Amino acid sequence: MIAYIIRRLLYAIPILIGVNILTFALFFVVNTPDDMARMHLGDKRVTEEAIEKWKANLGYDKPLFWNAEKDGAGQFTDTIFYTKSIRLFVFDFGLSDNGRNIAHDISQRMWPSLAIAVPSLLVGLLLNITFALTMVFFRATYIDTAGVVLCVILMSISSLFYIIGGQFLIGKMLNLVPISGYDTGLEAIKFLILPVAISIIYSIGSGSRWYRTIFLEESGKEYVRTARAKGLSEKVVMGRHVLRNALIPILTGIVVLLPLLFMGSLIIESFFGIPGLGSYTIDAINQQDFAIVRSMVFLGSVLYIIGLLLTDISYTLVDPRVRLN
Amino acid sequence: MPSGLKILLTLLTLGLGACEQAPWNNPYPASESGQPVYYDMFSERPKHLDPVSAYSADEYKFIGQIYEPPLQYHFLKRPYELTTLTAESVPEPMLFDADDERLPADAPADAVDYSVYRVSIKPGIEYQPHPAFARDADGNYRYHALEKSELEGIRELSDFEHHGTRELTAADYVYQIKRMVHPRRYSPIAGVMSKHIVGLPDLKEELKSAPMDLNGYIDLRNHDLEGVQVIDRYTYEIRVNGKYPQFNYWLAMPFFAPMPWEAERFYNQTGMNQRNIVLDWYPIGTGAFMLTENNPNLRMVMERNPNYWGEKYPTEGMPGDREAGLLDDAGKTMPFIDKAVYSLENESIPAWNKFLQGYYDVSAISSDSFDQAVNFNAQGNAELTPQMKRKGINLLKAVTTSSYYLGFNMLDSVVGGDSEQARLLRRAISIAIDYEEFISIFQNGRGIAAQGPLPPGIFGHREGKAGINPYVYDWEEGEPERKSIREARELLAEAGYPNGRNRESGEPLTLYFDTLDRGPDSKAIHNWYIKQLDKLGIRLVVRSTDYNRFREKMRKGNAQMYFWGWNADYPDPENFLFLLYGPNGKVLHGGENSSNYDNSEFDRLFEQMRNMDNDDERQAIIDKMVEIARRDAPWLWGFHPVAYTLHHQWYSNAKPNLMANNTLKYKRIDAQQRERLRAEWNEPVVWPVLTVIGLLVLAILPAIRVYRKREKEAAL
Repeated sequence: MIAYIIRRLLYAIPILIGVNILTFALFFVVNTPDDMARMHLGDKRVTEEAIEKWKANLGYDKPLFWNAEKDGAGQFTDTIFYTKSIRLFVFDFGLSDNGRNIAHDISQRMWPSLAIAVPSLLVGLLLNITFALTMVFFRATYIDTAGVVLCVILMSISSLFYIIGGQFLIGKMLNLVPISGYDTGLEAIKFLILPVAISIIYSIGSGSRWYRTIFLEESGKEYVRTARAKGLSEKVVMGRHVLRNALIPILTGIVVLLPLLFMGSLIIESFFGIPGLGSYTIDAINQQDFAIVRSMVFLGSVLYIIGLLLTDISYTLVDPRVRLN
Repeated sequence: MPSGLKILLTLLTLGLGACEQAPWNNPYPASESGQPVYYDMFSERPKHLDPVSAYSADEYKFIGQIYEPPLQYHFLKRPYELTTLTAESVPEPMLFDADDERLPADAPADAVDYSVYRVSIKPGIEYQPHPAFARDADGNYRYHALEKSELEGIRELSDFEHHGTRELTAADYVYQIKRMVHPRRYSPIAGVMSKHIVGLPDLKEELKSAPMDLNGYIDLRNHDLEGVQVIDRYTYEIRVNGKYPQFNYWLAMPFFAPMPWEAERFYNQTGMNQRNIVLDWYPIGTGAFMLTENNPNLRMVMERNPNYWGEKYPTEGMPGDREAGLLDDAGKTMPFIDKAVYSLENESIPAWNKFLQGYYDVSAISSDSFDQAVNFNAQGNAELTPQMKRKGINLLKAVTTSSYYLGFNMLDSVVGGDSEQARLLRRAISIAIDYEEFISIFQNGRGIAAQGPLPPGIFGHREGKAGINPYVYDWEEGEPERKSIREARELLAEAGYPNGRNRESGEPLTLYFDTLDRGPDSKAIHNWYIKQLDKLGIRLVVRSTDYNRFREKMRKGNAQMYFWGWNADYPDPENFLFLLYGPNGKVLHGGENSSNYDNSEFDRLFEQMRNMDNDDERQAIIDKMVEIARRDAPWLWGFHPVAYTLHHQWYSNAKPNLMANNTLKYKRIDAQQRERLRAEWNEPVVWPVLTVIGLLVLAILPAIRVYRKREKEAAL
């Protein structure tokens, strides 16, 4: 397995280089270093000299990919792409174009994102699996039909509706929790109840339907029939056999979600005023802060690669037949 | 009640932090209940908190309370008037000719070689407590030569154990002026000030080769600035080229606030930047407040500066101010609040709802909530809705010192130029585009159609019949009335485009309008413009783009018509009329004259007017300039927005002052009343939750029964 992990990690290097090139190209197709300077220096009274000074101080006065004025390796290394990218591979995110330490900002902003994402994921998973198993248990009855209809209704409603409706009903009409905001420590709980609840409710529709499909497929297999023939109770059949064998697709879905959880939810964080990572990248794009954009895309890619690797490893844990070669 | 439900509700209650009588939905800590804390919001995070770089309202909202330039705007008097802040008096410029001979104050501008502004500051003013000033028992600075090991465990400024202070001196003001041309700082006004302050360009050149440590620190005390000198501990002089009466306005802006050298020495150390402990993030000032929490992704908190020198509330105001209670605190020591909490609100709906719950003391009115807040009565005046009145909410209105205009590129071959044909075309369009309608539809009535470049409240602006633009309006029954579309068509025909077609070629006239794409909302505005020109038979093509491309087009002169705006730096006509000054053209000179308007007579009058004091002679020159601009019509004058602000009944000393940046110290909060009303408005309603839980239990029960039944069934 170790050889497999090392091989996968080595595969990651060209992927990360590719992602970096793509991010760089896309960013500079839309923004020029002059645009970035004007965005940072403001609109009023800014002079060409100030723009040149800003670019020179931040290293944006170099050519993008190729420096024809240099010799040898300098043609490649004395460029914006090289100077801004190379340190990423040792996870040195450096300073934002506004002069702030990106790693420090990420380390501060990841916690509020995780504070929403982790309980939403865990409680949501538990609820979805329970609800899906219930529907499968009562398959072809009014409970199953009602459950599917409820799922379709829940997944047909826009997430914005849940957020605005939830804030209006729970925060404004019933006055049970703050409409938005955030705090640290235990004080954070009152701010997290509503966004976590909304995240869970929003995920019930699609999650439960998907899990129901997986469980239904599993429950029709012969080993399940054998288990029933052995006289096992339906509770044991569902909980021990069906659920366990359905874990691979469930795990695939969950582990792939992990980087997204870390990176935060833009809409939830924006409406609830939660200072997570969801808005960090968007703010950086709006402020044309390339240093943050490349760092966040790089970090997202790394997490995604790690997530996929963990998925593969987790297969071996839930299914002894799987071998990583 | 079932025990499980009891536990759930208990946990919910605990989790909500429902301490004592505090409402469950209170987003603030219970410890702040009943305290004189001011609650407000912000939607755009500040980019800079260093006074040498900050230049936007989002930034001034904070640093205006912390840094103290020598002058400020009088809180109550209108038109806006400069008064002292840390200065002993508003400096009267001393004028000198080329032979260093003193000239009288009314000397003509061309006789003046330079002006000297001597500023004397009040003694005894101290800085906020700050580690940059902390000294050990031997009198050495504790934190000016930090080792790596000493920074271990330091993550924020508040992690430094020791704090100190010192008295404000004239040298601190001089130090800050030098910072404008520091090679590592970006001051937006460095270019402008280099033209005015004697010796600033030389200092800039000198600093380029000055010894700088790895962290960008240059000890500016070792570099002289010819035109700015410390006279004594509390006095300094600024020498300005020629005559520049507007310079005093600059002295009321944070660019000219004091900066102690210790701050730069402290922040520019290895390891500080890695911890984001930088001057751009942690201000250090003498103002009424100091920033104690800087998390622009969540909230900014300012607390009373314990070393504040205790400025007194103004004792004079305008007629009606006393009756409005605005002089109740006259002569009392400010500030009246202990703390100000500004929370980030990205979305308008939650912000508005929290204001209605009493969790914000003031609020602007977004278009989403406008109808809920404001009605227009039969006379067309805005008034609060009954719902707002019931809550005791008050409405404040103020015309902003801003202009939003549609400009013509005067370099364009169709709409630009000085020909009579182009002038008539621009005038016809000026009549056709009905900004009264625009204000009504897209601004909820919050604006006044502009009659020229100067907004109300700025010297030179004329009210009533004398103030209307006679090329676009008639004076009818005491009101300006836009000329008819028939007259616009006649002008268009005279311009060579009868019915919107070129008289010679017969081709329909097509114009191009460059503007910003602000998403789906822009579409309605673009369609409105198309319809306005369609009244003349002119085809309008809207080219909406992102801000980068828009700016590029403007810089290169590739736009034909465009929409833009200007917020005044200071309340002087020069700050608006310079937008039409030829040598300030954007394409040729990189200036702020985006229309590239160039009229020699206008320029001559501008050069005469800009250095004059506000008197009848200046008014007469401004009248001539405005007339020239109206006749040439390089802009459709657009509109001046009217700011609507709501505030709760517990908030007093509320008077809009759109020029002042430091109004937090005047605010007063009746915290007890706020507490009482918040509790009244936010009583938790639990029964619907219990009902839903009950219904869920009822729905689950049959399923449980079926499950149990199935479990007991024998296998077939």
